[in-house]
Amino acid sequence: MSRIHVTTKINGDETEFLCDAEATLLDVLRDELGLTGTKEGCGTGDCGACSVTVDGRLVCSCLMLGAEAEGRQITTIEGMAEGEVLHPLQKKFIEMAALQCGICTPGILVAAKSLLERNPDPSEVEVRYWLAGNLCRCTGYDKIIRAVMDTAADMRRAS
Amino acid sequence: MALDDSRKTRQFRIVGTRPDRPDGIDKVTGRARFGADMVAPGMLTGRILRSPHAHARIRRIDTSKAEALAGVKAVVTRADFGDVPDHVADIMENCLAGEKALYDGHAVAAVAAISPAVARQALRLIEVDYEVLPHVTDVDEAMKPDAPVLHEGRQQETVPAGMSGNVISRVEFGHGDIEAGLAKADRVVERTYRTAAVHQGYIEPHACLATMTADGQGDLWVCTQGHYMVRNTCAAILGLDQGQLRVTASEIGGGFGGKTTLFLEPVALMLSKKSGRPIKMVMSRSEVFRASGPTASSSIDVRIGMTREGRITAGFAELRFQGGAWPGAPVGVGAMSGFASYDLENVKTVGWDVVTNRPKAAAYRAPGAPMATFAIESAIDELARGFGLDPLEVRLMNGADEGTKSSYGPTYPAIGLKATLEAAKAHPHWTAPLGKNQGRGVACGFWFNFGGDTSVSLSISPDGTVTLTEGNPDIGGSRAAMTMIAAEELGIPYDQVRTVVADTGSLGQNEVTHGSRVTFSVGLATIKAAEAAKKEMCRRAAMVWGIDEDAVEWEDGAARPAGPNAGKFPPMTLKEIAAIASKTGGPIAGHHEVMAEGAGVSFATHMVDVEVDPETGATKILRYTVFQDAGKAVHPSYVEGQFQGGAVQGIGWALNEEYIYGKDGLLQNAGFLDYRIPVASDLPMIDTVILEIPNPGHPYGVRGVGETSIVPPLAAIANAVSAATGVRMTQLPMSPPRVLAAIQTGG
Amino acid sequence: MVKVLLWGSLADLVGGEREVAVEAATLRELLDRLGEQFPGLRPELERGVSVSIDGRIYNDSWFTPIGPESEVVLLKRLQGG
Repeated sequence: MSRIHVTTKINGDETEFLCDAEATLLDVLRDELGLTGTKEGCGTGDCGACSVTVDGRLVCSCLMLGAEAEGRQITTIEGMAEGEVLHPLQKKFIEMAALQCGICTPGILVAAKSLLERNPDPSEVEVRYWLAGNLCRCTGYDKIIRAVMDTAADMRRAS
Repeated sequence: MALDDSRKTRQFRIVGTRPDRPDGIDKVTGRARFGADMVAPGMLTGRILRSPHAHARIRRIDTSKAEALAGVKAVVTRADFGDVPDHVADIMENCLAGEKALYDGHAVAAVAAISPAVARQALRLIEVDYEVLPHVTDVDEAMKPDAPVLHEGRQQETVPAGMSGNVISRVEFGHGDIEAGLAKADRVVERTYRTAAVHQGYIEPHACLATMTADGQGDLWVCTQGHYMVRNTCAAILGLDQGQLRVTASEIGGGFGGKTTLFLEPVALMLSKKSGRPIKMVMSRSEVFRASGPTASSSIDVRIGMTREGRITAGFAELRFQGGAWPGAPVGVGAMSGFASYDLENVKTVGWDVVTNRPKAAAYRAPGAPMATFAIESAIDELARGFGLDPLEVRLMNGADEGTKSSYGPTYPAIGLKATLEAAKAHPHWTAPLGKNQGRGVACGFWFNFGGDTSVSLSISPDGTVTLTEGNPDIGGSRAAMTMIAAEELGIPYDQVRTVVADTGSLGQNEVTHGSRVTFSVGLATIKAAEAAKKEMCRRAAMVWGIDEDAVEWEDGAARPAGPNAGKFPPMTLKEIAAIASKTGGPIAGHHEVMAEGAGVSFATHMVDVEVDPETGATKILRYTVFQDAGKAVHPSYVEGQFQGGAVQGIGWALNEEYIYGKDGLLQNAGFLDYRIPVASDLPMIDTVILEIPNPGHPYGVRGVGETSIVPPLAAIANAVSAATGVRMTQLPMSPPRVLAAIQTGG
Repeated sequence: MVKVLLWGSLADLVGGEREVAVEAATLRELLDRLGEQFPGLRPELERGVSVSIDGRIYNDSWFTPIGPESEVVLLKRLQGG
């Protein structure tokens, strides 16, 4: 049983790895590459904890094979901050207590960033529906939604 | 510990503000390490073979083919464990079945292999000879005399003779004369209510990394609400001394009570012992649903009588709870808490603990209370509305207060129930207009909260920064609160203190993070540890100044001469004293160990508006407000977070969540698609109002808040749906098909 | 003598008395005396109880003082989540 050799780009860095044919991108990120910021909550695409972007598209990494990463650009939570400078969403989440246990937080941040890149001025309803694929059990979503909308407003002011 | 008046009127510098939590950056960057995020050289994958039957005798397990498979390094069954002490016997049996498989998903054997793929293959090679037995999954069915019986000889002396062996115990609480009280009522509501089993729904599956070395030392990394509990339980099961096993708590991705026990860890340790290698074991999502610890389902009979003026003359409830395949459904506590918000002359609750072929129930946020409160608050609402009375006024009229003899026995000290009701009455939500197909519901709720074993150590570095070492996994932001308390007590800035949750080797013993205990108990111990450190620092300053140690006091982060006669010395700051610690006697620390008692109860009132679509039965939550007594909110953002999180879990329990079993006794919806928890698009903002009626048992007046918030929502939402549809809802969840059927049949 | 309030199903095990009296100055003495004087209570005591003393709840603290006028109530062992 031979493994598949994959060349891809992760958070801007050229990366190569070997994986089994049936390994998901999530398995590869966590177990081959040690990027454990992306989480497995269900393995069936229902919880969003494994959210990453693939060529700019928001994807559940548990629903994609590792081999499909060939030639693509993947971004994960580890690529959200730039060096020691946090993304405005990350800063705001801390400020507004938009996390409790933090397990859903990487997936939600990746998803929220993806939203704001498409739509810099989302309504509350639009934010809620965009994040409907990211389950959170601790917060009831209230502070998360507020943090995303506040950040959107900050980013609009800054641009 | 009596309330110190000087602290009661104290002006806080930091407590009550909203600083950034210390673990925030780790959590928003993905750096924080949760249960499944740890690795060890040479580690193997551990996986569990689970029973496909709800009830079966295990005649034989043949693991030989699995053991022979290349890449398999160890296989474990119950036979590998000897006899275990009584107090962990049920847990052991749940971790690995002995004579019988007792539920769909019950662990039967385990393997350790070089990869997940080999482990999966190995499981397929284990041959189990099952003798399938009849099963029972419903609580009322399990109580019937002809029901299949799970265990012989477990029935307690409290159960009348002749009942099914599945009925394990009976409790009864209350006082007065129910029949006489009901006779005085102008109306009696008599109804049966049912709630389904639900899961805590934490997003992080159970995970651990276990190492047992040949010299009998063990190391365990695990996501848990109580690593001391894990240590002590695993030690008992494996026949180790507690000191031989060191457990480190990872960051935890949700617990809510479901991680106050264990499922994988003894098996992982045994696999490690047999293979000589570290074992990583992670549950899949379907294993979490099938084989961790959902809460009990219930069947509840209620009889409550009220006069037309609104006075409750008597309250009776009989609760039948099934807690899965072993005794321990939270019916005793449920029975104690159901009427706790009321001042009643005649009250009685009876509770039955019943076993069924389902996974062993674990705690879920105020265990037992949401179900009991759902039934009782629904009946009170029905009575109040029937008389055209204001539901909040009725609760104020009958509400418990300081000096009330509670429904479960003790007399209440100062409590916040009426404050939450008054706040609810005064809030704009209460008088906001409602439209077509919309309804508003309110309900009250209560939780006991507790203290427990707590150890804390506060150490000062040479540069004057402070490390607070504690032993309670942070499930809701408690590290921020402890840091705030330490900084407040020492009189130094928040960023000069770092709180660390240490492993079991660092402190003696700590009770699990549950019972809404941490801000109360660990906070209290932190205050005491800080006092000890301050005393030592004053002693050092006194030595330097050559005066009596009693002549030095601590104020604003520095040691000062106490009074003009002590001498004219400029204050010595914490940093200055720390810098010369080695020269004045050695490193400076304060510690405190205590079995914390005196936790204060927390009451809440919830108010919710819903809209029910009469064509589909779907309920939309329009508006939700939580009014809860926190005693003293150390970090208001995290107190609000607890209010909101508990309310939303309650919304899920009320509207969508349920364990669905087939006639074959197998769980049908073991995944997040079909076990539907609330998502962001289901909900509005959850508004919160924090009341502060100080707990006399804590220096700041802190009350636990984490659990009370899940107690009122089931009833509040049922009351709202009932108001919107004109039909009384008595079964949860109020999923669209159920509501539609109720509307169409008129109830 | 300290008056101890028993919950309903415990009362059934001591011949129907909702309130019993024992000689005790601490929580431990209370539980020991109850077990001695009322053998019917022993299984429940062994399973573990919580005790409310003047409105505050204690689980295990043996040396918690109890005054002769204290309100003492036996409760089911409390468990949280």
